[in-house]
Amino acid sequence: MPAPAAGTGPSRAVVDDGDVAGLGKARAVAFLAPGLLLISLFLVFPALWTLYLGLTNYRLSGSAAKNPQFVGIDNYIHALSDDRFFNSLGLTLIFVFGSAVIGQSALGFAIAWTMTRVRKSVRAVVEFFVLLAWIIPSSVTTFLWYAMLDRSNGTLNAMLSTGNTAWLLDYPLQSIIVFNTWVGTAFSMLLFSSALASVPPSQLESARMVGAGPWAQFRDVVFPHIRGHVLTNTLLITLWTFNTFTPYLLTAGGPDDRSNILPIFIYRLALNDGALGQGSAISLIMIIINLVIATVYLRLLKERKS
Amino acid sequence: MASITTSSLIKEYPGGVRGVDEMDVTIHDGEFFALLGPSGCGKTTLLRTIAGLEKSTSGSIKIGDREVTNMEPGQRRVAMVFQDYALFPHMSIADNIAYPLKIQKVAKTERHSRAEEVGDKLSLQGLLERRPGQLSGGQQQRVALARAVTSRPDVFLFDEPLSNLDARLRLEARTFLKKLQPDLGVTTVFVTHDQAEALALADRIAIMRSGKMQQLGTPREVFQRPANTFVASFVGSTSMNLLKGTVSAGSVLIGRQRVAIPTDAVDRVGDGQEITWGARPEYLDISLVAAPGGLEGTVTVSENLGASALITVELPENGDLVQVVVSEDREPGIGTHVWVTFEPRRTLLFDSEGLRIGD
Repeated sequence: MPAPAAGTGPSRAVVDDGDVAGLGKARAVAFLAPGLLLISLFLVFPALWTLYLGLTNYRLSGSAAKNPQFVGIDNYIHALSDDRFFNSLGLTLIFVFGSAVIGQSALGFAIAWTMTRVRKSVRAVVEFFVLLAWIIPSSVTTFLWYAMLDRSNGTLNAMLSTGNTAWLLDYPLQSIIVFNTWVGTAFSMLLFSSALASVPPSQLESARMVGAGPWAQFRDVVFPHIRGHVLTNTLLITLWTFNTFTPYLLTAGGPDDRSNILPIFIYRLALNDGALGQGSAISLIMIIINLVIATVYLRLLKERKS
Repeated sequence: MASITTSSLIKEYPGGVRGVDEMDVTIHDGEFFALLGPSGCGKTTLLRTIAGLEKSTSGSIKIGDREVTNMEPGQRRVAMVFQDYALFPHMSIADNIAYPLKIQKVAKTERHSRAEEVGDKLSLQGLLERRPGQLSGGQQQRVALARAVTSRPDVFLFDEPLSNLDARLRLEARTFLKKLQPDLGVTTVFVTHDQAEALALADRIAIMRSGKMQQLGTPREVFQRPANTFVASFVGSTSMNLLKGTVSAGSVLIGRQRVAIPTDAVDRVGDGQEITWGARPEYLDISLVAAPGGLEGTVTVSENLGASALITVELPENGDLVQVVVSEDREPGIGTHVWVTFEPRRTLLFDSEGLRIGD
């Protein structure tokens, strides 16, 4: 059979009519519809609703609850000229940096790295306990930490013989940073464990054969292999920590707003003070900050790949 | 440059399994030495123990005059090429080659010129700025060799150096290695499960099974005079014919047929002794007319090997099979009645424990 001349052969494959799978558009849409519906219902709609509420003076109770008025960008102006907002933003940055970027990442990596050189049984036990911190309901873990940090009968005071130190009152931000590190380290540990497992042993051994010490092995073999995982991990735990509300159960943002990170600030503003409109406005600011963080990380990840 | 000596070397894994069991071996200075055996025989464990990547349980290892048994891998002046080459994917070829010098804190410019020099020797010109992922398997292997050369070791250790290459490239790389090794003049130990590779490359071969040495000898010795039936069947591209028989009245009785006692075993066996008679298919021939002293049987299978064919002959009484390599123009048809002929000096006898009878 002679080969078809150029341009006369079947051309279906090259025409992009938007129907790559050959299902027909209607069917393709039908397959996607349930997912799209759920995403719209639980992600898109609340975001748009937040956007709308942020432009009103909607309140939890009173006349503004019945009949909210459109107030334009008043809520945003109010938030951006409010010292409490900037105090909260500053605390959040310290909290995220301390408990996620430094605490969870570093501790998670340290545990994962140590566990590559111990016996399997030891590793299983350590991983079990670290995971436990992550999977126990936060109401339970906060209660345990309450007991740990308690002023008069607390375990920590007994261990350190520090008398009647009121950790949650004297060091509220430090306390929730340590608490959140403790809770969240499991994720980083798991992610780094699997990243470290993907480093070919022969490459580490090659380095050992020429006399590379642990630091040189890390720099030249391990780190280049896990760099992508470090970025992914940092992105995820930054976002999670930025949005976490659990520290509320420990300090409720206090005392004197000294652990009043943004999610708690919004909660107290919207539901304790009843200012739903203002709370929504700050929520939207948080969404935007989240998007900025995600964009920066994704850029970095892309740059690395190319 | 140095010799390697292991004395009563034992590597025992938790659970009591011995990867290396009482190994005494001396590898001479400048020698190209093969560790050969089926998978799980301990050959790689022995190599890694020499490298220092595995701690020996007892015994000692000397490289030249230096006792290295408890030294770190990096202090042994040994370079290893791994089966998967273990190149660092994020480094350029030049950086990979010069990596040992980086660890030795040699200045960057000198590292680069040394990488170029070694790269030239291993025909890697023009590839030095690339990444390992952009190179073919054969080129990657040469980079791994170059990295080993750069550290100027006393000993090279190669773990299955050819097994990650495709068949055609493997022969090319084999010839390349065979030429390179004496040029470098460095004592080289390599591990392989491929007997053809060991025969082709090595000056001497150690054949291992279950952590124990089975035979140590030149390729010719292990091919022609295997120490036992294991070596006999493991070495050779077609495995040796091994038939059970008894010694009777100055000949070997296989089924009801008589063959001459192999030259080596004459006067070393007694009447009634149970033995195994062995002959390589390459040393057997086929006759279409009655041949006295030959084994009579019927052709059942004929396998084409290219320029020759592997003929399987079934002996009538007990169904024993004998394989014979014949040249392409002399293939008998299936069902042909034939006589398998041989020279008694090319046949061997093994005793009831499988050990070869003779010197």
